[in-house]
Amino acid sequence: MGLLSDPNRRKALTSLLTRLNTPICVVCYLAGIAWFMGLAFEPFTLRTYMSENAMGSTMVEERFPAGERALATAREFAAHKRKVGGMPVEWLVKTMQARGLEVFTQSFTRTLPFPDENKERYMVRGTNIYGILRAPRAPRTEALVLSAPCSPDNSNNQAVGLLLGLAQYFRSQIYWAKDIIFLVNEHDLIGMQAWLEGYHHTNITGMDYTPLQGRAGSIQAALSLELSSDVITSLDLVLEGLNGQLPNLDLANLFHAFCQKIGVLCTIQGKLQRGDWDTAEGYTHAVQTMMLMVLKQASGRPWGDHGLFLRYHIEAASVRGINSFRQYKTDATTIGRLLEGMFRKLNNLLERLHQSYFFYLMPSLTHFVSIGYYMPAFGLLATILLLRALDLWVQLGTPAQVTEDGAGEVEPVSINNQGVLSVLTPVVISHLTGVALYTLPVLSQETAVEHFPVSETEAVVLTAIAIYTAGLALPHNTHRFISGEGTEQGWRVLKLVALLYLAVLLGCTALINFSLGFILAITLVPAAACVTPHMPKALTALAMVLLSPGCTLLYCVFIFQELQEAPVTLPEGWMLFLSVISQGILDHSLYGSLVYPLLALLIYPCWLLLWNILFWK
Amino acid sequence: WGISRLPALWLKLKRLSLVGRLRRGTEGKWPRLPDSCEEELLIRPLHSGDIYASFQFRTLWDTDFLHQGKKVSHYRLFPKSLGQVLSKFSVRELHISFTQGYWRTMQWGQPIVPSPPGAELWVWFHNTVADVDGNWKELTNVLSGIFCASLNFIDSTNTVQPSASFKPLGLGNATDHRFLRYATLPREIVCTENLTPWKKLLPCGSKAGLAVLMKSEKLFHSSFHSQAVHIRPVCKDWQCSSTAWELRQTLNVVFDLYTSGQGKKEWSLFKMFSRTLTEACPLASSSKVYVDVTDNPELFDLSPATSVLNTAVVLGDRRTYSVYDLTQKETFGQLRSLNLVLRWKGESDMLRPLLHAERYVAGFGLQTGEIHTLIYNNHPYRAFPVLLLDSVPWYLRLYIHTLTVTSKTRENKPSYIHYQPSKDRLRPHLLEMLVQLPPHSVTEVTVQFERALLKWTEYTPDPNHGFYVGSSVISALVPSVVAMDTNNTQERPLFSSFFPTKEESSYFVRVYTEPLLVNLPTPDFSMPYNVICLTCTVVAVGYGSFYNLLTRTFQVEEPSQPLAKRLANVIRRIRGVPLL
Repeated sequence: MGLLSDPNRRKALTSLLTRLNTPICVVCYLAGIAWFMGLAFEPFTLRTYMSENAMGSTMVEERFPAGERALATAREFAAHKRKVGGMPVEWLVKTMQARGLEVFTQSFTRTLPFPDENKERYMVRGTNIYGILRAPRAPRTEALVLSAPCSPDNSNNQAVGLLLGLAQYFRSQIYWAKDIIFLVNEHDLIGMQAWLEGYHHTNITGMDYTPLQGRAGSIQAALSLELSSDVITSLDLVLEGLNGQLPNLDLANLFHAFCQKIGVLCTIQGKLQRGDWDTAEGYTHAVQTMMLMVLKQASGRPWGDHGLFLRYHIEAASVRGINSFRQYKTDATTIGRLLEGMFRKLNNLLERLHQSYFFYLMPSLTHFVSIGYYMPAFGLLATILLLRALDLWVQLGTPAQVTEDGAGEVEPVSINNQGVLSVLTPVVISHLTGVALYTLPVLSQETAVEHFPVSETEAVVLTAIAIYTAGLALPHNTHRFISGEGTEQGWRVLKLVALLYLAVLLGCTALINFSLGFILAITLVPAAACVTPHMPKALTALAMVLLSPGCTLLYCVFIFQELQEAPVTLPEGWMLFLSVISQGILDHSLYGSLVYPLLALLIYPCWLLLWNILFWK
Repeated sequence: WGISRLPALWLKLKRLSLVGRLRRGTEGKWPRLPDSCEEELLIRPLHSGDIYASFQFRTLWDTDFLHQGKKVSHYRLFPKSLGQVLSKFSVRELHISFTQGYWRTMQWGQPIVPSPPGAELWVWFHNTVADVDGNWKELTNVLSGIFCASLNFIDSTNTVQPSASFKPLGLGNATDHRFLRYATLPREIVCTENLTPWKKLLPCGSKAGLAVLMKSEKLFHSSFHSQAVHIRPVCKDWQCSSTAWELRQTLNVVFDLYTSGQGKKEWSLFKMFSRTLTEACPLASSSKVYVDVTDNPELFDLSPATSVLNTAVVLGDRRTYSVYDLTQKETFGQLRSLNLVLRWKGESDMLRPLLHAERYVAGFGLQTGEIHTLIYNNHPYRAFPVLLLDSVPWYLRLYIHTLTVTSKTRENKPSYIHYQPSKDRLRPHLLEMLVQLPPHSVTEVTVQFERALLKWTEYTPDPNHGFYVGSSVISALVPSVVAMDTNNTQERPLFSSFFPTKEESSYFVRVYTEPLLVNLPTPDFSMPYNVICLTCTVVAVGYGSFYNLLTRTFQVEEPSQPLAKRLANVIRRIRGVPLL
């Protein structure tokens, strides 16, 4: 860094950076996007490989024979479910006990902050049932979990049937070294949250639950099973968990290895593997798969029951049976054998899964992009913010050249006094707006329902959108709090602050949840880099709104639907957008997802600062 | 004298199948031999449908080397290896157990001899010992060799001196816990290599008597396996005029009917041990098989039937046993072998033992956590006190101010607390409490802890497995369901007389909770090189130069003056003329 210590060379470097600032920024942005798109290109990615020794070379045999009996159990379960009109608690307890498990139940209640219209629930009351298979000669220190949700409708019965079948089969085996917990949870994620909080005796989300009676030590790994038909064509692996957390890559490798061994079609994001990476279609397919993963991860919500385990440092994934119109079908015995194999390998583990990657993206089940490969894409985008900040810093540091008048002599002093105030005021006001956006929608739902003909959910979502839009009017009013006019220096200081703030925010977000950070960076970085008060107001304002976090969410909804091959029309997309907002708020209060508070309390205020600069007077 | 060679002689004779005749013929001619041994097998069908087999072997050694201070060099039935250990280290009492698995109190009720998962060792030294810690250290190493176990891992970081929980079980009323050492190794794995040296301590080895049943491939194909050695001084006779050493070897196994029975609920000695009994150990003065038939005939059928019944009060419950005396020839019947067969009839469900406990770690993340210990008193109307002993390794830093004891949502103040804080890398936490359990209640003891970051050499080879915290020990006098029989004490079976009982209305129970597996913050050991390189680069290049840039003030330096000018200036300064 002798380069920077030498004032002459430093001057040369800074002048180069300020002179070429815009071209460098443009190049960085394009390079960042190109790098990201390149990640899905197969020669640039790594092949997955099993890192964990205990699961790699050891042989296990899969002998689960009782698929048909499991399906019969599933039908019996369905009948009892219909009769009781919900979870057949007594029947399940009796059936699990008959299979030689220690059976316990846990009841829980949870009142949602506002009714969930997607799943039609408000006051949730349910029971989780779990049976523990005690490993012989093991001291109850380690456990594995196999869970199946009990859905209110007629789906997922086969999963429960197979779970009971596996319980019976596992009970008669002697090789278990870890206890196995068979869990049937009601009300999917809410029940799972209640069970996990009960198991770890924590209360993060204000759930009411009865304490658990039986435990089996620290849980090493968990699989969640979703199966709604007697035969399936493929198994889908779901990895994305709460706040974009992912299980160790070895769990995905294990699943893939057994699918290969047993000969089951396996997919990720519902997309089959393709062999032709060198054709345009093959590449597009990989990009679609990876983009789906990025969008799902960015949403920060658990995409299966496994998602909540990850907070407790338990490696977990969901296995979902898919029945499409393909010819080749797989029966329940084969799925049972696959799960048996996976559990036997997990049973062999000496340590927790830790050898492989925790941060990765998967363009297919056989290839992955590790953190070292995808971070540069984000780094290139973040560099733009730093370059613009440097440019502004240099401009601010040389005021004499800009104003050669006598007034220039006095200015630096007045900037310091007024500058702090003129920067602080918009910062505080936009953050207050953020706090309003975070708190008011849920708080004011009753008032809104009284005065407008809308349901509670609509009230919450529309309040959120209203506050979001109202924030746009702020710049016209902030100047009232500032004495005097905003100066040329003033907006530069504000923009410098906003740029650095955004860089820190996005950097931290990308470290925890790369996808979220990257998606936000794609839209926010150009807005932050370009905005000045001297641009044509109307046009720039439109561009700024289009690049705001709310609109980013809207695009994501459309892109997601497009990638899932279920494109939607504009009004449908809008309705979906509204439900996504309500889901986001619910995820935050039910499971502690951090995306909504991040957007409302930090990203949105930061964008408001940029909006302020545009309307600087 | 020749008697020391007797066991070998007996075994030779046994092979010639002359034992029976010889034994009857020579009885009464020989003087009464000083030592004696007894063997016993208890079979108890458990409520869960499992079957519990408990072997006890008792060897009495009529010597008193501690008082006389003389060296003992003569051994007959008592194993020499243990006798030498006793005399060399001035051991007063020694209890060692190796257990694989966890005793499921909820399904199986109370065990005859409780033990925690892993290895447990507690020793009372004689109060003449000056250097207790030194003796303890050597003793653990010697025992490690005798039992082929990792007892040498017992050091000051896992040894405690409980003040109240472990009282001597034998003669003498020692209360000074300076002479007591207690340690557990929850991670110890017990297998055949520990069983073989244990079998060698038996008077008949595994050649004759009940010990022939101990086939390791069957004993370790079970739900629970525990073997133990207890040595203590006891009274030699009823009046307690002189003392003797008692060596009790116990082996407890629970067989899982479900996994190995293939659904058929039938059990026999042959199925359990792949052997039948053909004879008693010729050296044993008594050799019996007890089968708990209290629940008969609702639960199972027993064949061959026996008319000899024995009633004993075990763990506060009056039980009835069918007794098979192996020293009687009639026991073996026509086939000259005894193969007990049990056929199950009924189903059964969970028990409600009067006292049981469980323990778990609450919370998530790698910084803090909370240890919860739940103690259940299921007695409908009696409250009773329990002693809780917790020994927690130093790397879990207990926040003792967060210790709470609650029963029925109210604070339950312990009447006695003994707490010894840990010292990093030197000694563990020791927490002992006397807590009164209200009737029909759950008492919850919670204490928060912080996970320490270890030095990188202190991690075990598999650091991501986690670190073990030994079981807590709950010792209690539980109110008895039936009053104790006081008469007829001499003929009680061995398994009913392990813990000395003083009060008639209650019985002593020791309950162990499950050990805990706790994850500590673990660095990624697989890439130290990368980490070192990255850290060094960041520190050296990034941080160093930025710090330099931020703290240094820059100014334009005057070009240095030529040498001639400087010299001229020196001269001008001397002259007092203004400088150039």
